[in-house]
Amino acid sequence: MSAKNVLSLLSLSKRFGTTLANDQVTLDLKRGEILALLGENGAGKTTLMNMLFGHYLPDEGSILISNAEDKMVPLTPGHPQAALAAGIGMVHQHFTLAENLTALENITLGSEPLWALGTNKVKVREKIEKIIKRSGLKVDLNVAVGRLSVGEKQRVEILKALYRDAKILVLDEPTAVLTPQEADLLFKNIQAMTLDGLSVIFISHKLREVLEFSHRIVVLRNGKKVGEILTCDADEKIIANMMVGEDAKVLKRTKLKVGQSLLSLSAITLKGNSLRNSLSDISLVVHEHEVLGVAGVSGNGQSVLAELISGLSFPNLGEIKIGSNRIDKPSPMAMISAGIGRIPEDRHRDGIVGSMTVAENAILESLNDPRVQRFGFLRQEAMTDYAEKLCEAYDVRGPGVRFPARLLSGGNIQKLILARVFEKLPSLILANQPTRGLDLGAASDVERRLLDARNRGAGVILISEDLDEILRLSDRIMVMYSGELKEVSSRNREEIGMLMAGKNK
Amino acid sequence: MMDIFNILISESFWAASLRISTPLIFGVLGALLCEKSGVLNLGIEGIFVAGAMSGWLAVWLGAGLLGGVMVAALTGALFGLIHAILTIPLGLSQHVSGLGVTLFATSISYFIYRTALPNVTSPPRIEPFRPIDLPIISDLPFFGPVFGQQTAMTWLALLMVLVVWYVLYRTPLGTAIQAVGDNPNSVDAQGLSVYALRVGAVVAGSSLMALGGAFLTMSAFDAFFFGMVNGRGWICIALVIFASWRPGKALLGALLFGAFDALQVRLQTEVGSFVPGQVFLMAPYLLSIVALIVAARRADYPRALLVPWFKGER
Repeated sequence: MSAKNVLSLLSLSKRFGTTLANDQVTLDLKRGEILALLGENGAGKTTLMNMLFGHYLPDEGSILISNAEDKMVPLTPGHPQAALAAGIGMVHQHFTLAENLTALENITLGSEPLWALGTNKVKVREKIEKIIKRSGLKVDLNVAVGRLSVGEKQRVEILKALYRDAKILVLDEPTAVLTPQEADLLFKNIQAMTLDGLSVIFISHKLREVLEFSHRIVVLRNGKKVGEILTCDADEKIIANMMVGEDAKVLKRTKLKVGQSLLSLSAITLKGNSLRNSLSDISLVVHEHEVLGVAGVSGNGQSVLAELISGLSFPNLGEIKIGSNRIDKPSPMAMISAGIGRIPEDRHRDGIVGSMTVAENAILESLNDPRVQRFGFLRQEAMTDYAEKLCEAYDVRGPGVRFPARLLSGGNIQKLILARVFEKLPSLILANQPTRGLDLGAASDVERRLLDARNRGAGVILISEDLDEILRLSDRIMVMYSGELKEVSSRNREEIGMLMAGKNK
Repeated sequence: MMDIFNILISESFWAASLRISTPLIFGVLGALLCEKSGVLNLGIEGIFVAGAMSGWLAVWLGAGLLGGVMVAALTGALFGLIHAILTIPLGLSQHVSGLGVTLFATSISYFIYRTALPNVTSPPRIEPFRPIDLPIISDLPFFGPVFGQQTAMTWLALLMVLVVWYVLYRTPLGTAIQAVGDNPNSVDAQGLSVYALRVGAVVAGSSLMALGGAFLTMSAFDAFFFGMVNGRGWICIALVIFASWRPGKALLGALLFGAFDALQVRLQTEVGSFVPGQVFLMAPYLLSIVALIVAARRADYPRALLVPWFKGER
């Protein structure tokens, strides 16, 4: 490509305390280009983008951006207003939308003088509708944003940037919450917009979409730029190696003969307080040596399915069997003693007690174990030893077992939970979104351990929004949509994606 | 039963209701403005006292009624600023800071009153606001006596309902205040200052609260005495929830409470002989609790209420 640069980051560095989040990162962006920014969690991608947008002040380096006359001029660092005025639009990973306001109000927020006595809604609406027509980002402008779907909210975020005449659009993990179809549509829209001269930087963990939709890939590791490659020259293996810095281990799922049934749900109906908390007539069975993947966009009943299997919710109709025993009164205690280990969906809320130490969290589900308790008193020394061994075996890194668990990073919290669950050798593991928000290294570690458990003879119920993960790990796949659960025999992405969106071919 | 009916259709009852509601209208609007931006202001009770005392004192010292209103509003803004600094950039607990402001504002008001007038036994009087005789409205049959007996401050309170509604729902500033109370990051991402919006809303809201206090000493009565605010601030905090953070409903809630209170006074004299008067004193509060139970279930809380926000932490 011979297009002109619209943006140059020149050896940007940022230090937080003792960690160097960005180390002399240099980056160029051309007009109409889609640049993918890749890296593990904590590699410094978001920090870099936050410096570009003025949320953080760089310690070193400068940013040049093309002005109206196509000259590269320095951008005032540390001022979101300056970044906005220069034509940088940022779509954050967590939506920055006011849910009590309409899409229109969210889009115009901050673009008009605050002290104006009123707004010219007609003119504003015309401009937005023109943008919607050009970009294909369809949204109902009059509805409170809180009532829009996740995909629509994402479109509002992008419209916000386009409304401010963004020349450069930064997207931080834009597809993390979208269905495969919504994600593809988003990228198609983005591709169309680049034809109008928009330049895009997007951060992603998903190698597939990076390879499919970007023009160029930049990889960060430990705050440094470690690789840059044109997408046409790249493949999954090359990029994965750049990100991890070593040969990425490829997971091998060998075929195993399944054993006897561990858990069966038959014709379960559960009426929750809303549609997203209800199950209608679902049946499933998990065997030894088997991973059952439950695919689906979150909010379609997965949480209540997980609660049901954890003994936290009770069905209105239907039968739960563990092994050959019918469970009449489900309770968390009954489920735990039946050998079910749980990896909860929201690890910060349900997985750990942040203010308690790592050691205390490690023994939370084995309080009666004589190894850590005697006559009703906890044995501090033994507890610390036990937790230290556990942390070593499961590679939990952090300040130490005597520090509060909230100081651990997301990946290490997940490993700690895994350690706690797997140490009890559960016969059945319920893993709800086990790799959400984890980077490639930590995620593949979690996936490997789940497969190890299956090889050892356990059954695994894997609830995940990441279709690629489901396809990698599962022996059988079911799709959850609107409280219903359907088994699919095909392993075709398209077909499963259609079911996830509630369309039957 | 006939008694209650007669009271309900009497002009003096509705005139009294509107008068009793006036400080509540100011207070509930002020609290609503603070909370819409995401900050609970429990300093309201103390700010009422400070507004009542400072406004009255200014008039007594010769500032004139308009000057008194200005002084009260400024005093409210000052205590609002203290609460705003403690809770917004410093992110302290809004409950603790608010109660602190109430204690501080109340005691410093009493202190200044005592220091300014060390030797008085009965509170000195000022010339308060007089009812305004409006040309056409005064001649109307029922409405004339009801609205013809109100002072400028009641009209100001009613006007403020419109102003607050218009600003919140029809101007860019109001959109931004609503956004900052729902998700401060939305405002930050659009290049506006979360701190400035919240501090501004709390300061302006606190001024309104102080006007509620000033009404007591400059319109309802003509003197300042201890304990005169008597929980009106707390009632406003409850009324905001009743109103589901909407100015129109806030007016309705304040009027309803005022009407209960006016009714209560009249019932005491009518049927007071065989029911203890305290029962009637309790009535407005009991009824407001009942109204709250009914209304609060549907209450539409600003999502960021009570949640501190710090720049750069996301």
